[in-house]
Amino acid sequence: MIRYAYQGTGFEGWEERLQALPPALCSALLRDMIRIRVIEEEIERRYHQDQMKTPIHLVIGQEASSVGFCAALTREDLLYSGHRTHGAYLAKGGDLRGMLCEMHCRINGCAGSRGGSMHLIDKRAGMAGTSAIVGGAVPIAAGAALSLKLRGSDRVAAVFLGDAATEEGVVSETLNFAALKRLPMIFVCENNFYSVQSPLATRQPARDLHRWAAEHGVASVQVDGTNVLAAREAALAAVERARSGGGPSFIEARLYRFRAHGGAGDDSKTGYRDLEELHQWETVDPIRTYFDFLSRTQLADDRQRDAMYQAAMKEVADAFEFALASPNPEQKDLYTHVYSD
Amino acid sequence: MPWDEGLVNSLVYEGPDPSEGRILSYAKAINEAFAIAMEHDPSVIVLGQGVDDPSAMFGTTRGLQARFGGARIFDTPVAEESIMGVCTGAAMNGLRPVYMHNRPDFILLAFNQLVTHASKVHFMDNGQTNVPMVVWAAIGRGWGSGAQHSQSIQGLLLGVPGLKIVMPSTPADAKGLLLSAIADNNPVLVFEHRWLMKKDGVVPEGHYRIPLGEGVVRRRGTDLTVVGASHAIELASQAATRLAKEGIEAEVIDLRTVKPIDEAIIEESLGKTGRLVVVDTGWAMGGVCAEIGCLAAEKWFHLLQAPVRRIALPDVPSPAGFTLEQFYYPDVERIQAIMRGLARQ
Repeated sequence: MIRYAYQGTGFEGWEERLQALPPALCSALLRDMIRIRVIEEEIERRYHQDQMKTPIHLVIGQEASSVGFCAALTREDLLYSGHRTHGAYLAKGGDLRGMLCEMHCRINGCAGSRGGSMHLIDKRAGMAGTSAIVGGAVPIAAGAALSLKLRGSDRVAAVFLGDAATEEGVVSETLNFAALKRLPMIFVCENNFYSVQSPLATRQPARDLHRWAAEHGVASVQVDGTNVLAAREAALAAVERARSGGGPSFIEARLYRFRAHGGAGDDSKTGYRDLEELHQWETVDPIRTYFDFLSRTQLADDRQRDAMYQAAMKEVADAFEFALASPNPEQKDLYTHVYSD
Repeated sequence: MPWDEGLVNSLVYEGPDPSEGRILSYAKAINEAFAIAMEHDPSVIVLGQGVDDPSAMFGTTRGLQARFGGARIFDTPVAEESIMGVCTGAAMNGLRPVYMHNRPDFILLAFNQLVTHASKVHFMDNGQTNVPMVVWAAIGRGWGSGAQHSQSIQGLLLGVPGLKIVMPSTPADAKGLLLSAIADNNPVLVFEHRWLMKKDGVVPEGHYRIPLGEGVVRRRGTDLTVVGASHAIELASQAATRLAKEGIEAEVIDLRTVKPIDEAIIEESLGKTGRLVVVDTGWAMGGVCAEIGCLAAEKWFHLLQAPVRRIALPDVPSPAGFTLEQFYYPDVERIQAIMRGLARQ
């Protein structure tokens, strides 16, 4: 039984808006999604080797959200995320070698082997912080936005949260505060309908998350999270609102994770969601639907797509090699940075 | 006047000597520290429920909003977890927030952000970010404040890496420690005590800092050492003054910061006295008293001539009723009796 059906309309009616975009951008969005997919699949393929001694939360199936939203941010804008960090980190411009070293618990990991896969941070790229506590990064992003506002910056702060975070009181509190102070902030709620294996329906009454958010006084929309152009467009409107002093925005992106909550592979066969539901969402795989759309409009072809896959595979192979050759931390490294000077 | 002001007004402290310098109340000394910090550094902001209301957080924030504006000192929603997170995020990005609470009990609502986020960010991102924030609260006691408005929670936070905990006992320390806490690049908890707010003391003018982690000897003595902070060490000091008339000379050490603990000052004193009493405003079990008692057993056992004594709260919540309160809280007489007993042991 399909509990959460795809209800979007794909790229129907997007032809004109696509034509208005620079071809290089259209191509870059595809390239960035393919790159994340390739990296995630390689992590998944190698995970059983136990070289990456860290939990993983793969973003496979949700790449349009990572890439589309980050496409509206500059490198200097600040991004925060929950535990499913890989997509946000890579789309924001985080260093791949730093990520894979972190996942291999090496000293030159992006967080010095203190973070693991849930805490990928690269401040040079504006990937500013994460939390493994559901909703935990949300008020921190608001604090970042408060700081930007008080210091007169035109940068914005954005945060990725999941559907379950909207059940945490702190997210309601933060929506209230962000609206009250008109913070330059964007809440990107990736609604994939499941918290680990608990469906939304056992956790919340039937309602639209963006309407719930709107009740807090925050401008809210719902978008098709499988459509990279829709994600980017919603984010651009939110960023424009934030930069022009219009306050915060909440974007509910409906999408689907193709893998288990954590670890390698899919776990639908355990029965918490129907394989038929997964298969339906796989028909709207964000990379394939976007590529098909670009092909139909002659903006991409198989050869270009294959070249993108090849380039990503080469990059990821090099980065794995680099990570596996990197040094492990020493005992003295445990005791640094407990306190700041 | 707040409903329990009368009780605090009725407390008698040994008056300071005006010939030693300018005298200020404890609350006014804190107020002065805020004004200096905000003047000195535009990244300092002060927020919390009621910081701009007429009672001005015991008077500590009086006049600040008129002087520095509502963008830098402002009232907040009653939403402790998110505001603690907002302060964390602001501190991670260039501001120095001071988040004020009327009572420490309300900080418990924000433990997720304080304990699981603010204290660990610097470690978790390998030193890329620091979190220079202050969380301020005034411990309540008496007048029926009861189980949910009188808690001293420093013991719960003592074991959290990444935090510092300051507990002043004099107006001069309250000012100098707050200025240090605001300038520190880590999350610092400042626990004041409601009953110290009206205490007068000599307070130096202008900007000065008292280093975090350094205790001070309040009174020299050779018969026993009493260690603690905040209002507990104030009571112990009064007990020591009385004991001197009986011929017992206690050395009184005000830790001022309970995390990190100034171990050297305790060790040096124990070398002289061989007897240790630890006092605290919180529960004896698992708190400041327990930690210092453990340090004594682990590191200074060879110096001890008698068992360590703890004077703190029993393993019981605070009652609201006046009579039960008298049984619950240690007073000067009880502290004096325990110190006397240990000195003669």
